[in-house]
Amino acid sequence: MLEINTNIEKPYTPTPPLGGRGGVIETIDLTKCFGNFTAVDHISFSVEKGEIFGFLGANGAGKTTAMRMLCGLSKPTAGQGFVAGYDIARQPEQVKKNIGYMSQKFSLYEDLTVKENMRLFAGIYGVKENLILPKIDETLSKLGLTAEANTLVKKLPLGWKQKLSFSVAIFHEPQIVFLDEPTGGVDPITRRQFWKMIYEAAERGITVFVTTHYMDEAEYCRRVSIMVDGRIDALDTPANLRAQFHAENMDEVFTKLARKATRIES
Amino acid sequence: MLKYLIQKEFKQIARNSFIPKILIALPLMAILVFPWAANQEITHIQVAVVDKDHSTYSRRLTEKIAASTYFRLTVWTDTYENALSNVEAGKVDIILEFPSDFEKQLLTQNRAKVYIASNAVNTMKGGIGSGYMTSIIRDFADEIRTETLPVTYSHPSLSILNSQLFNPYGDYKIFMIPALLVMLLTIICGFLPALSIVSEKETGTIEQINVTPVKKTTFILSKLIPNWILGFIILTMYMLLAWLVYGLIPAGNLIAIYFIALIYIFVVSGLGLVLSNYSSTVQQAMFMMFFFMIIMILLSGLFTPIASMPDWAQTVTLFNPLRYFVEAMRMIYLKGSHIMDLGKQLLALSLFALFFCGWAVMSYRKTN
Repeated sequence: MLEINTNIEKPYTPTPPLGGRGGVIETIDLTKCFGNFTAVDHISFSVEKGEIFGFLGANGAGKTTAMRMLCGLSKPTAGQGFVAGYDIARQPEQVKKNIGYMSQKFSLYEDLTVKENMRLFAGIYGVKENLILPKIDETLSKLGLTAEANTLVKKLPLGWKQKLSFSVAIFHEPQIVFLDEPTGGVDPITRRQFWKMIYEAAERGITVFVTTHYMDEAEYCRRVSIMVDGRIDALDTPANLRAQFHAENMDEVFTKLARKATRIES
Repeated sequence: MLKYLIQKEFKQIARNSFIPKILIALPLMAILVFPWAANQEITHIQVAVVDKDHSTYSRRLTEKIAASTYFRLTVWTDTYENALSNVEAGKVDIILEFPSDFEKQLLTQNRAKVYIASNAVNTMKGGIGSGYMTSIIRDFADEIRTETLPVTYSHPSLSILNSQLFNPYGDYKIFMIPALLVMLLTIICGFLPALSIVSEKETGTIEQINVTPVKKTTFILSKLIPNWILGFIILTMYMLLAWLVYGLIPAGNLIAIYFIALIYIFVVSGLGLVLSNYSSTVQQAMFMMFFFMIIMILLSGLFTPIASMPDWAQTVTLFNPLRYFVEAMRMIYLKGSHIMDLGKQLLALSLFALFFCGWAVMSYRKTN
C-alpha cells in the first residue's frame, strides 16, 4: 500500500441526502443508453465541494460513460445531472467552464512541447496572458519538469505525461476535476506523487472525481461509489464499506460486489 | 482564445514530417511539370502513306504534309491492308492513300481523289488530325490550280484569318496555368482541413478540446484561418513561379486575384471541415474528399469546356464552386477582367463560402 500523509485528510461529515442541491455534483436517475444497451442505469449521487470522490467499477461497468455525461461530452438519455450548479443536458458549455478533465487515454497534443500544451489550454480557458507564463514556471518546477519545458510531449515517459495531463486539467483552477483512471500503467513512485498532487488540489478546494482500478487508491478517497452493470451498488466511506461488507480491505469489498456483474466485459 | 489555437495549428503544421515538404513541392510541380503534361495540343500525329501512284504530285503532297509540324510520316507502303495493320498495332493514327491513277486523273480531268482514314479510338487525335490534313490538302489543291491555270484567270477564293485573343500564340500552357493554380489551391486548402479535425479524433486530442468551453465558431475558425494564410503563401509563390518560368504576368489586377482566391479558400476549406466532422477515421475523410474533388474538377471546365457538356451536366456545374473560381481566374489572369466584371462569380463563391463554413460550425459537435 502507498503511504500518504494522512493528516491532510479532513474529518468525514455526512453528505446531504441523495438528490439534494447541496453538492457540487448532483445526479438524479442519470441514464445513458446506446441503442438497446443501458450503459448507465439510473444513477443518483451527490458529491460535496472539496471532496475526493472515488468512482469504482469493473471494466465496462459504465464509469467512463457516466463521467463523460458529467463533463458535458455526452448527452444523458434520461435523468438529470448538475455540475457546479449547471444542468449537464441544457448548459454543457457552462459546465465546461468550471471543470477540468483528464481522459483515460492521453489526449494532450503530442506534437507540442510541455510548455506549449500548458499555454494552449490556459489560453482556451481564458487565463490572463500575463498570468500564464509565471504559472507555467511555477507548475513545472512543482512537477520537477522544468528541464523538460521545451520537450515534445510525445518524448515524455507515461508517468510524466499523466502528471502533465493532471496539471493541465487543474491549471485554470476549476471547481471540479474529473480524472479517468489517472494512474493506469504508472509506476508506484509516480502514483504516490500523483496522489500527493490530488490531495494538494483538494486542499485548495478543488473537488476531485476520480475513477481507479487500484483498491489501495480507493482507500485515499473520502467516499467511494462502486458501479456494477451501470448501477451504483454501494456508496460510502471506505471504512463504512468495509464494515458493511465484512471485508478487511477495499479489494474484498470490490470483489464481493463485482462478482454479481452479469455484463460481459467490454 | 483564437490566437492560442491558431498558433497551435501552425506549430503542428511546421512540425509535421511531410506537410511542409508538400507545400513546397506541389507548387513547383504545378508550374514545372503539369503545364506540359496537361497539354491538349495535338502534335506528332503518326501518318501512314499508301502511295499506289508513285507520281510527282503524290510525292509533292506527301512532302508538304511531312513538312508540317503536326505530322510524322512513319510508314510507307503499297497496300491499304498493310497500313491498317499498323493502325491496329497502334503505330499509326491516320492513313493517307493515293489511288494509282491520282496524277493522271488530276491532269486529265482536273480532279483527283485521296483517301484519309483516321483512327478514332482517340477521338481528339483522329478528329483534329484529319482536320489538319484536309486543310493541307486544300492548300495543295490551290497551289496546283494556280500553277496549271493561266495567271490572268482569277477564281474566287475564301481565306480565313484567325487571331487568338488574350493568348496570341495559342499556347496551351498559358491557358492551363490559372487552371492549375485553381487545382493547387483546391487540393491543399481542401485536403488539409479534411484531415485536421478527423486526425484529432483519431489521436484523441479532440476530447480534451471538447471538454473546454471553447466556442464552436472559434475552433472552426482556428482551422480555417491557417489554411487561408497557407493559401495566400502558395498563391504568391505560384504567381512568382509562373512569372519566372513562363514570363506570365496576370493581365488583371493582383488584388482581384487575391480577393477571389481568399473567398474560394473558405469554400474548399469549409467543405473539407464538413467532411472531417462527419468522418470518424482519416481514411473515410480522404475517400469522401477524393469523391467530391473528382466530381468538382471534372465538372468545372478546368480540362473540358462547359459549353460542350450536355445540358444536364451544364446545369450541374452551376452548383460547383470550382466552376466559378476557374472562370474568374481565367478571366482575370488572361483577359484582365476587372473585379466588377466578376459579380456573378463573386456572389456565387461568397454564398458557397458562407454555406460550407456555416455547415462546418453546425456539424462540429462538442457533445455527443
